[in-house]
Amino acid sequence: MLRRINSGSSDQKLGGLLAVAAGFSGLILLLIVVFLGKESWPLLAAGDWPALLGDSWYPLEGQFGLMPMLWASLAATVGAIVLATPLGLAGAIFEHFYAPTWLAKGFRLVMALLAGIPSVVYGLWGLTILVPLITQIQPPGTSLLAAMIVLALMILPTVALTSSATLAAVPRDLLAGAAALGMTRKGQILGVAIPAARAGIIGGVLLATARALGETMAILMVAGNVVQNPSGLFKPVRVLTANIALEMGYATGSHRAGLFASGLLLTLLVLVLAWLAARMIRRHSHG
Amino acid sequence: MADRLFTGLIWLAVAVVTSLFLWLLGDIVVQGLPHLSWTFLTEEPVNAGRAGGIAPILVSTVLILTVALAAAVPLGLAVAVWLTEFTRQGQQTARATQLSLDVLAGVPSIVYGLFGNAFFSIFLGLGFSILAGGLTLACMILPVFIRTCEAGLSAVNDDWRKGAMALGMSRRSAIWYILLPAASPAIVAGLMLGIGRATAETAALIFTSGYVDRMPESLLDSGRALAVHIYDLSMNVTGGDPAAYASALTLIIVIVVLNTLAQILADRWFSRRISLS
Amino acid sequence: MTSSDPSVLNAAPANPNTLYTLGDIKLGQSCCVPTPHLRVRELSVAYGQQPVLSDISLDIYKGCITALIGPSGCGKTSFLSTLNKLCDLTPSARISGHIYFDKQDLNHDPVDVMALRRRIGMIFQKPNPFPLSIRRNLDLPLREHGVRSRALREQKITTALRDVGLWEEVRDRLDSSALALSGGQQQRLCIARALVLEPEILLMDEPCSALDPISSAVVEDLILQLQGQYTLVIVTHNLAQAKRVANYAAFFWMTERVGKLIEFGQCQHVFETPVHELTAAYISGAKG
Repeated sequence: MLRRINSGSSDQKLGGLLAVAAGFSGLILLLIVVFLGKESWPLLAAGDWPALLGDSWYPLEGQFGLMPMLWASLAATVGAIVLATPLGLAGAIFEHFYAPTWLAKGFRLVMALLAGIPSVVYGLWGLTILVPLITQIQPPGTSLLAAMIVLALMILPTVALTSSATLAAVPRDLLAGAAALGMTRKGQILGVAIPAARAGIIGGVLLATARALGETMAILMVAGNVVQNPSGLFKPVRVLTANIALEMGYATGSHRAGLFASGLLLTLLVLVLAWLAARMIRRHSHG
Repeated sequence: MADRLFTGLIWLAVAVVTSLFLWLLGDIVVQGLPHLSWTFLTEEPVNAGRAGGIAPILVSTVLILTVALAAAVPLGLAVAVWLTEFTRQGQQTARATQLSLDVLAGVPSIVYGLFGNAFFSIFLGLGFSILAGGLTLACMILPVFIRTCEAGLSAVNDDWRKGAMALGMSRRSAIWYILLPAASPAIVAGLMLGIGRATAETAALIFTSGYVDRMPESLLDSGRALAVHIYDLSMNVTGGDPAAYASALTLIIVIVVLNTLAQILADRWFSRRISLS
Repeated sequence: MTSSDPSVLNAAPANPNTLYTLGDIKLGQSCCVPTPHLRVRELSVAYGQQPVLSDISLDIYKGCITALIGPSGCGKTSFLSTLNKLCDLTPSARISGHIYFDKQDLNHDPVDVMALRRRIGMIFQKPNPFPLSIRRNLDLPLREHGVRSRALREQKITTALRDVGLWEEVRDRLDSSALALSGGQQQRLCIARALVLEPEILLMDEPCSALDPISSAVVEDLILQLQGQYTLVIVTHNLAQAKRVANYAAFFWMTERVGKLIEFGQCQHVFETPVHELTAAYISGAKG
C-alpha cells in the first residue's frame, strides 16, 4: 500500500522559502523609492518644485536651481555620445568585417576588459594627463571638454560591445545576398548590415547614454565643478552626479533634501533611457 | 566615398581607439610600477597616503567585498532558482520580480550611495561602516548576478529534470545535486562579474563605508575601499599622485584577473552547452 | 536474471537434409501469469483545452511486456506519463478516469509520488544520464530513497550494472563522466539507474529510437531479459520490434483529433488476426 502522504511537502516548503527571497529582492526597489522620497520630501512637500528648475544653486541660501547642472550633465553626455558612437561603431565594424579571427577575438577581449576599469582610474588619468594638455590650449584645463573626452572613453566599450553583438545577429544570408550582387564591402556594411542592425545599435547607444548620465567619479575629477551653465567647451562645469558626491558630506535639512531630489530626477531620466533602449533592442530581435 | 577610403577610416578609428587605451593603460603602468612594492601592499598609509602602503585599505576592500558577496550570493541564487524552477512562464509574481530587478540594474551608482546612506547608515543605524558599504554593494550587484544565474539554470538540459523526477527525486535534490552543479560555470562567471563591478565602485561607498584609512577592527568600523583611496589621493592630497597610480595599478591587476577568469568560465559553460545539447 | 521459463518452446528450424519434415510448431510467446499489475479505466487526458486521450481502458499484466503502438501524436507518451504521474509536471494537464495500482486509484487517492516513482520507473527516448560520474548517476537515486549504507549501495550499483550488461565495460571507470559513454551505453545506464531502485514496473518511451542499430539490438536483448522479473510498458514505432519483443499490444489511433485505444490483446493475435480494420491497415502498412 502506498503511503498516504502529500508528496513534495519539503519541496513546497522550499518553494515558499525561495519565494520569500524573491520578495526580498523586489523589496529593495521599493525601499529605494521610499527612502529617496522620504529624504527629498521636505523640499517637495513645500510645493516648491519649480524652484528645482531655477538657475541658481545656492543651497545654503535656500536656492535649489538644478538647471545649470542638468544642462552640464546633458552637454557632457551628448558630447561623449558624439565622440564615442562613431568610434565604437567603427570598432564593431572592424571586428566583424575587417579583422582576422584572432584579432577580432583580441579586440573583443580588450573591450570587455576596458569596460571593467573603474571610473576613478579614468578620472586619475584624465586629471594628471588630459587636463594639463587642455590647459596648454586654454586654462583652466578642468573643463567640459575634459569631461566629454573621459566620458567618451568610458562608454566606448559599451557602444562597441553592443553594436558588435547586434551586428553578429545580422543574418548571414542577407550579407551573402549583398555580396552576390557585387556590392563593395563598404556598400555591404553601410547599405545592408548597419540598416539591419539599426534598432539594436540605437539601443546600445541609448544604454551608453544612460550610463554616461549616471557617471560620477571621473567627471567629478576632471570637470572643474563650478556651478554654471555650460557656455563653452573650455569652461568648468558641475554635473548633477558630481554635485551629489561633493555636497552630501555636509548637507543638512533642505539642502540634503535637494540633493536627494536631484538623485530622484537623475534616476528617472536614466530609467526612461534604459526603457527606451530595451524597447529598441527588443524590436531589433523581432526584426 | 571610395571603398578603400572607408576601409582606411575604419582602420584609423580602430588605431585611434587602441592607441588611446594603450596610452591610458601604459601611463598607469609606467607611473604606478615604480611606487608599487611588497611594502606598499603590506604597510599602513603614512602622511595621508603619500608614503607608506595600502594594507588597511586592501583589508577594508576585501571585507566590504565579503559582506557584499555574503549577502548577494545566497539571495541571488535563491531568487534565480525560484525564477527558473518554481515559477511558470509569464507568471505575474515572476514578471514583477524580473521587472523590479531590471529597473534596479539601471539605477546609477551615486543614487545607490544616497540610498545606502539613508537606509543602511541612518535608518538601520549602521553609520559609516564596512557593513553598510557591503550591503549597499550587495544591492548593486544583485540584479546582474540573478540574471546570469537564471540564464545558466534555464540553459540546463530539461531532460535531466524529467529524469530526476521520474526517479522519484525531490525537487530540492534535483536542484542541489544536478542542476546547480551543471549551471556552476555560469554562476561563477556571474560571481566574478559581480566582484569586478564591486571592486570598481566608488560613488556608492563614499557615504556608506566612509573614508577612514586605518586598519578596521570590526565590520562596524568605517573602512576605505581601494577605489575610494585612489579618489582621495588624487583629489584631496597634493603629491598623492604616485601612490594613487600604484593603487590604480593594483586595482586594475585585480580586475583583469577576475575578468579573465570570468571569460574562461563563460567560454567553458558555452562550449559545454554546445557539446551536451 | 534471464527468464528461463521452461514452458517456452522454440520452434526447431527445419533441417533441409532430413527426409521428413516437422511442421513449425506455432506457439505464441509464452506469457506470464496474466495478473493485472495496473488497471486503467476510462482514462482521458487533456492539456488545457486540448484533449489528447479519450476513454482509455486496458490492463497491464504483471511480468509481461506490453507494447503501445500507433502513429505519432496519438498520445502514447502522454498515456505513459500518467502511469507514473509525471504528467503532474505539466500544470495544464487534466486527467480523468481511474488508474488502479496496488489497491489505490492513482488519479483520485492521495499518493506519495516519490514512492510511486520508485516502484514505477521510466526510460526516455533520448538517453539522459546526469552530467555526473557513472557511479554518482546510480548512487544519487539510492541515497534519495534512503539507502544509507554505503556498502549496500555499492552492491546494488554493481548488480544493476551487471543486469544491463555494462559492468564489464565500465567497471574500471565508474568515476568518469557518464556523458562520455556511447548512446547505447548511456541508455543502458539509464535503465540501470531505474533498475537500481528495484522497481516493479518499467515504462519505456521508444527506448531504441535514438540509438544506432547495433546499440538498439543490445537494448532490445536487455528488454527481453527483463521480462518476467519486471512488468514493462514500451511505446514503440517499430512494429517489427513490437512483434519480436511484446506479449501484449495496445494499438492507439487518432480519431477526431483525439487519441483512442482501438485494440488491445495478446501480441500475436493483434498482429496476425486483428479484430479492427484500422489495426489491420496499420499493421500492414496501409495506414499510419
